Amino acid sequence: MLPIDPTKKISFTRHICDGDLVVVYERHDNMKAIKVCQGSVLQNRFGVFKHSDWIGKPFGSKVFSNKNGFVYLLAPTPELWTLVLSHRTQILYIADISFVIMYLEIVPGCMVLESGTGSGSLTTSLARAVAPTGHVYTFDFHEQRAASAREDFEKTGLSSLVTVGVRDIQGEGFPDEFSGLADSVFLDLPQPWLAIPSAGKMLKPDGVLCSFSPCIEQVQRACDSLRSNFTDIKTFEILLRTYEVREVKMDCSQGDEAKPGSILPRKRPQRAIEKGNEQDKLSSQTVMARPCSEAKGHTGYLTFARLKCLS
Amino acid sequence: MSQNNSQSDSIQNPRVTWEGCSVLLDINDGDRLVFARLSAGSTLKIGNKTYSLQPLIGCPFGSLFQVENGDQGHCLARFVPSIEGNNIQEKGDFESQDEIKDNRALVDNNKAQSLTGEEINAMRSQGATGDEIVEALIANSATFEKKTLFSQEKYRLKKQKKYAPKVLLRRPFARSICEAYFKKYPARIGFLRVDALSLLLSMANVSANSDVLVVDMVGGLLTGAVAERLGGTGYVCSTYLGSTPYSIDIVRIFNLSNEICKRIVRSPLTDLSLSQNGTSEQIHQQGDEINQQGDEINMECLSNNQMSSSVGMEEISPTENDTSDVISETTVSPVNKTGKSTKAGNKAPKQAIDLWKENGFSSLIIAAPELDLWSLLKDLLPLLANSAPFAIYHQYLQPLATCMHNLQLGKMAIGLQISEPWLREYQVLPSRTHPCMQMSAFGGYILSGIKICSSS
Repeated sequence: MLPIDPTKKISFTRHICDGDLVVVYERHDNMKAIKVCQGSVLQNRFGVFKHSDWIGKPFGSKVFSNKNGFVYLLAPTPELWTLVLSHRTQILYIADISFVIMYLEIVPGCMVLESGTGSGSLTTSLARAVAPTGHVYTFDFHEQRAASAREDFEKTGLSSLVTVGVRDIQGEGFPDEFSGLADSVFLDLPQPWLAIPSAGKMLKPDGVLCSFSPCIEQVQRACDSLRSNFTDIKTFEILLRTYEVREVKMDCSQGDEAKPGSILPRKRPQRAIEKGNEQDKLSSQTVMARPCSEAKGHTGYLTFARLKCLS
Repeated sequence: MSQNNSQSDSIQNPRVTWEGCSVLLDINDGDRLVFARLSAGSTLKIGNKTYSLQPLIGCPFGSLFQVENGDQGHCLARFVPSIEGNNIQEKGDFESQDEIKDNRALVDNNKAQSLTGEEINAMRSQGATGDEIVEALIANSATFEKKTLFSQEKYRLKKQKKYAPKVLLRRPFARSICEAYFKKYPARIGFLRVDALSLLLSMANVSANSDVLVVDMVGGLLTGAVAERLGGTGYVCSTYLGSTPYSIDIVRIFNLSNEICKRIVRSPLTDLSLSQNGTSEQIHQQGDEINQQGDEINMECLSNNQMSSSVGMEEISPTENDTSDVISETTVSPVNKTGKSTKAGNKAPKQAIDLWKENGFSSLIIAAPELDLWSLLKDLLPLLANSAPFAIYHQYLQPLATCMHNLQLGKMAIGLQISEPWLREYQVLPSRTHPCMQMSAFGGYILSGIKICSSS
């Protein structure tokens, strides 16, 4: 997934090979990660796709099924992975993820601790941020979940950047061997206040901690426990509003049939363009945008704090 | 420990300052933010006094400094808070005792404080510390005891800011630089809020070893933020229309190592375009000449800056002081230029350009509020490798909507989305948790997508 190996980097000359991980894009809300395997097929509502047809094509290609249905084959990125990974837990999405990476001040070479691993959505982005020389140590108390996460990192080629441990961080804290070595710590735990003292021990002075909690009561208790050793404590909520864009025909005619000022949405704007404007002389085409009517109203609160500098 | 860090090249993000390093000084909890370059001669003005920044050299980032009366007069001295800060006890008190008091007895008649300005000045000249003055003010306040513990703390903080200002030493990172500019000079960074910047970097999959093409008309903030993520691998190529590169002055505020700076290059769009292989020699020559000119112009700009304020020191401060009355003057004495000046933004080497022509860029980020977006994108998209992600920032929705529509019609990209981040901060205190009263209502729009192979 990451260009750690320069030969795997996407380019005009890089083609899909046997064994590559590709993201099969049907629609923006329907994608799937697939390991390309000579002799294998993908079957979906568009028909049957032979993997052998994909090999040798560049990433970003449109490929066809036996019924002439099509999908696009994309190179995986942490953002796409977040959309296709198998949900073993509730996961973090791009708005929270990008903000966490920025606010934790993670740059190449950093050492980052995370708990819990969950489905590995954030972990994938953490790995990208610390690459090529840093490392992410992530812990989950659920043995099976940790194993699945490990398999995923193997699949996405991040194993050299991520180590998954099985450990109850709320109960036992982070392992002592990381004491004073972490640049940043991320907690997504039901009772973060139990892990905060340990997180404080792990961080370098001035290192940043982030705790993600869906409920304000968790935030309240986390902040209480942060106040003794941390400073610059801030809590945020970040959401995304998305917009839909369409070309609409604004009717300017004074005729009887058309009501003045009415907006006639066009489902297939390209047709209108191809036809030309000749018969639409009395109307104008305008591209308009409006917020999508559905959105995530809440994901979680992000609380950040900086370890006090005492030496 | 501090000595070892003077060579910042070996360490990606040193946590201790060195002579010549760039720092962000946070004065009184964000009331004033000053970017400075540390040297023996650099100074900072707080109120009507000038303090040497020398004591800050070799200190860990995150250190807190306070004004102290030393042998040679006032100076900044390291202030180490105790672990068991008074916070804890106070916060405990808030919960238990708070409820009984309210503001019924407070009358706003400006007579609560019996200590006069002359008396305070007299205390000062006798060498009283700021903290002592704050205590005296509290002792002479008729209403202090009647306040709730919460507002007592507020009062103390307000007086502390005025009479015992604190300076927090912070690392200049994409995060802190973006926040500082957004707070004080948002127009200089095209109103790009930190959450929007984070999204741009994620959506464009900026990662080590990638070759990122940027159009940065937000002062270099974007270029610097990308370079920070590349960590001295790959390239960030800042391209421009015409013959004069856009300013990337903000890059100098980042503490980027030489290794990282070498990976920040600039190239006019005409040099990058795939079609111009034939006459490229000529164009290169022309380009060189113009570039040299451009550089000279840039240098002039810099020296002008130096006259007015200083090189490598960016003062970010409100012109009028809303909350804190201590800061009447915001000028900062010039810092000498001896600090290492790594040159970021050299002309992209021919080899690199050839490689990009052969392989394509791995991602594209545009933050160009002043250019026609669609015509720009039409030229830039072919330079991107297939399946490469791109992210475009704009403070207005319409240009992005038009771009998105055209990309859809031309079947040039998929996964297209316009998003607008919404960021709300919370005050979290025992029994007093609520969203902050003031918030930024707008952080910009982003169009993101993935380039696909052209169908032909």
